[in-house]
Amino acid sequence: MVQRLRGSVLTSPTSSAVNLVGLLVVAIAVVAALQRIYQSGPTYFFQTLGFGMAQGAIFALVALGYTMVYGIIELINFAHGDVFTLGAFFSLAVMPLFGLTAGKAPSTALILPLIGLFVVTMLFCALVNVAIERVAYRPLRHAPRLAPLITAIGMSAFLEGVMFIWRGPYNLAYPDFLPEQQISLGGGVTIAAKAVMVIVIAIVLMIGLTLFVGRSKLGKAMRATAQDRDAAQLMGIDINRTISATFFIGAALAGAGGIIYGLYYNSVAAFDGFQYGLIAFTAAVFGGIGNIPGAALGGFAIGIIAAISDGYFSVSWTQIMIFGILIFVLVFRPTGLLGMRVPEK
Amino acid sequence: MSRVRDFVRSNSRNPNAVAYTIMGLAALFYPAVVQFATGGNGDYLVGLAADGGIYMLMAIGLNVVVGFAGLLDLGYAAFFAIGSYTYAIVASNHLGVTPIGHSLHIPFWIALFIGMIVAATAGALLGAPTLRLRGDYLAIVTLGFGEIVPRVFRNAGVWTGGVPGISALDVPTLPGWFQGPWIGQDFAYVPDFRFTSANLTAYYVLMVILIAFVVVLVHNLYNSRLGRAWMAVREDETAAAASGVNTVSVKLLAFSIGAATSGFAGAFYGAKLSYVSSDNFGFDVSVTVLAMVVLGGMGNIPGAMIGAAVLYFVLFWLLPNAPTQVESLASSLGMNWLTQSTPNGWPGIAEEVSRSKYLIFGLILVGIMLLRPQGLLPSQIRKQELKHTADLAPAVK
Repeated sequence: MVQRLRGSVLTSPTSSAVNLVGLLVVAIAVVAALQRIYQSGPTYFFQTLGFGMAQGAIFALVALGYTMVYGIIELINFAHGDVFTLGAFFSLAVMPLFGLTAGKAPSTALILPLIGLFVVTMLFCALVNVAIERVAYRPLRHAPRLAPLITAIGMSAFLEGVMFIWRGPYNLAYPDFLPEQQISLGGGVTIAAKAVMVIVIAIVLMIGLTLFVGRSKLGKAMRATAQDRDAAQLMGIDINRTISATFFIGAALAGAGGIIYGLYYNSVAAFDGFQYGLIAFTAAVFGGIGNIPGAALGGFAIGIIAAISDGYFSVSWTQIMIFGILIFVLVFRPTGLLGMRVPEK
Repeated sequence: MSRVRDFVRSNSRNPNAVAYTIMGLAALFYPAVVQFATGGNGDYLVGLAADGGIYMLMAIGLNVVVGFAGLLDLGYAAFFAIGSYTYAIVASNHLGVTPIGHSLHIPFWIALFIGMIVAATAGALLGAPTLRLRGDYLAIVTLGFGEIVPRVFRNAGVWTGGVPGISALDVPTLPGWFQGPWIGQDFAYVPDFRFTSANLTAYYVLMVILIAFVVVLVHNLYNSRLGRAWMAVREDETAAAASGVNTVSVKLLAFSIGAATSGFAGAFYGAKLSYVSSDNFGFDVSVTVLAMVVLGGMGNIPGAMIGAAVLYFVLFWLLPNAPTQVESLASSLGMNWLTQSTPNGWPGIAEEVSRSKYLIFGLILVGIMLLRPQGLLPSQIRKQELKHTADLAPAVK
C-alpha cells in the first residue's frame, strides 16, 4: 500500500510543455528577486538572510514533526502546529520556576535555567502529543482514511481552545533573553547574534534527532515501521510503542521550536500555531515528505524565501508565494527536493 | 391507495428515503413553525436557515469530490470565494470604479450560473495538472490553493476592492411574489419584487429550491455511468483504469462539478449578504464543510445534508448563543458573581463560554469520529463494501 502510493507519485507524468512553463515562471521570479537584491546592497541582504535562516530554523523544527508522523502513519497531523504554540505558552507559564523573569538581562548565567526550561517544555509537549495520538488517532487506525484527519483537525481546535480559555485572545509578551548585538562579518555586513543562536540551537537538536533515528534501535524500528508496518510487526517490533515514540520526538522538537519562537519574536498568541504549522508542513513537502534531512532543508529554504519575499517584495504576498511554491513542487517534483531517496523517517 | 401503501412500506426501511422525507417535511414547515414559536419574530431564524443552506449546498458539492470520487479537497472554500467574487464583480457598481469604468448589472438568475461556470473553470484549471497526484498529495495541493485564492482577492487592489472587499451587490429580483401572514402582512401579490433583508422568507424559499435542484442533479449523476466510474476510481484507481475508465477525466469532472456547486453557493452568498470580503473564505470554511461531509456520512447525499444541518446548527446557533444563555442562567440562579469579570483574570462566565467554542468544536469532531467513524448516515453501498472487505481480510492476510 505504502509502496504503491509512493511509486505512483514518482512516475506521475507531466508533459514537457507544462514543465517548460514551470521553469519559466521560476526563472522570472528568481531574476526579479536577484535584481532587487543587487539594487539594495549586501548589508540589507545579509540582514534578510539572517532573519530568514532563523525563521527557517523554527520552520524546520516544526516540519520534522510533520514529516516523521506522515512518514510513519500517513497522517497530516494538523494538531502539530498547535502543539508548537502550546510549547510557547507552557514555557511562558513555567518560566518563573527556573528563575527566568521578564526583564533579566541576557547573560551566561541564564544558560542553565534555559536548558532546564527546554527540557521541561519538550517533555510536556511530547507527552501531550502522545496522549493525542492515544486518544484521537490510534482507535481510528483501521477506520476510513479521512476519519483520523478530521480528529486531527478536532484536536487542533481543542488545543487552540485550551490556550484561548487559558490566556485569552491577546498577543502575549514573551521575555527577551537573547543578546541584541550584531556580529560583524566584515565589510559592513552584520548578522544578528539572536539569529545565530536560534540557528545553532535548532541545528544541535536536528543533529541529535538524525543520530537518534540513524543509530538507535528505536530509530531503526521507526524506519522499519514506516517502510512496512506489517513486516515490522512480524519482526517483533512493537508498532504502537514505535508510533508513540515518533509522536513523542516530533512534539519534543515542536516544543523546543515554540520556545525559540517566543525568544526570537517576543510575542505569541493562541492562534499563531495553525498558520505556522501549515507553512512548516509546506516546508516538509518541499523537502520531500517523510524525509528527515529533507524537512530540515525545506524549513530553511522556506524561511529564506519568506524573508526575501518580506524584505524585497511585500509581506502580503509572502504566503501566496509560499503556497504557490507548494503547488509548484507537487506538480513538477511531487517527491520534493530530496525525494529521489527512498523516504525514511 | 394500496400503491401508496406499498411505496411507503418498501421505502420505510431505507434510511435515505426516510431522511429525504424528514428533511423535505422539515424544510416545508420550518418557517411556519419558527414564526409560530417566536410569535412572528422568527425572521432571523428563517434567514439563518437560508445561510445554513449555503453550507448544505457546499457539503453536497464536496461530497461529490470527497465522497463519490475519493479526492480529498482541503481548499474547497477557494471555489466558494471565486463564485462570490464573480457575482460581486458582474452584479454591482464595482466594475465602474476599476480601470474598465463601466459597471455590469447582470441579473441574479444569470449571474448565479456565471459564478458557477467560473468556479468550475477554476476547478478544471487547478485539477488538470494536479489530479494525476494521488491521495494526500492532492489534498496538499488543494490546501495550498485554498490559502492562495482569498489572499489574491485581498491583494488584487482595485479589481477586488482590496481588504474591505466589495459591497452593495445587486439583490435578486422577480417579476412577482406573494406576501402573507408568514411575514406579518396580509396576503397579497407583490409586483416587481426585490429580495431584501426585510423578507428573509423569500431567500429561504429560494434556497430550498436551489438545494432541491442540486440534489436532483447530483443524485442522477450518482446513478449514472459517471457515478459508477467515480466509485470505481475511489475504490481502486488502477483497476478502474484497467477496466477502461478514463481516470483523469472522470476525476476532473468530479472536481469541476464540486467546484461548480461551491461557486453556485458562493454567488447566492454574495447576493444574500450583498457584500464580499476575503476574510470569509479561509481554511476554517473548507474544514467546516469537510467536517460536515465526513460527519454526515461520506458518499451519501442525505448524509452530507444532515451533517451540514447538524454542524451548522451547533456552530452558528448553539455556540454563538451559549454565552448569553449561560449568563442568564447564572443570574437567574443568583450567582451574579459568576457573570462579573474579576481583576485576577476571570473574564466573566459569558466571555469564558464564548472562549470555549473552539474547544467544544474540537471535542465534537473528535467525539463523533470516535463513536461513528463512518458518519451519522453512511452510504449503504459503502457499508456493505466495508463489511465485505472486513470479512475477507483475515483470509487475505
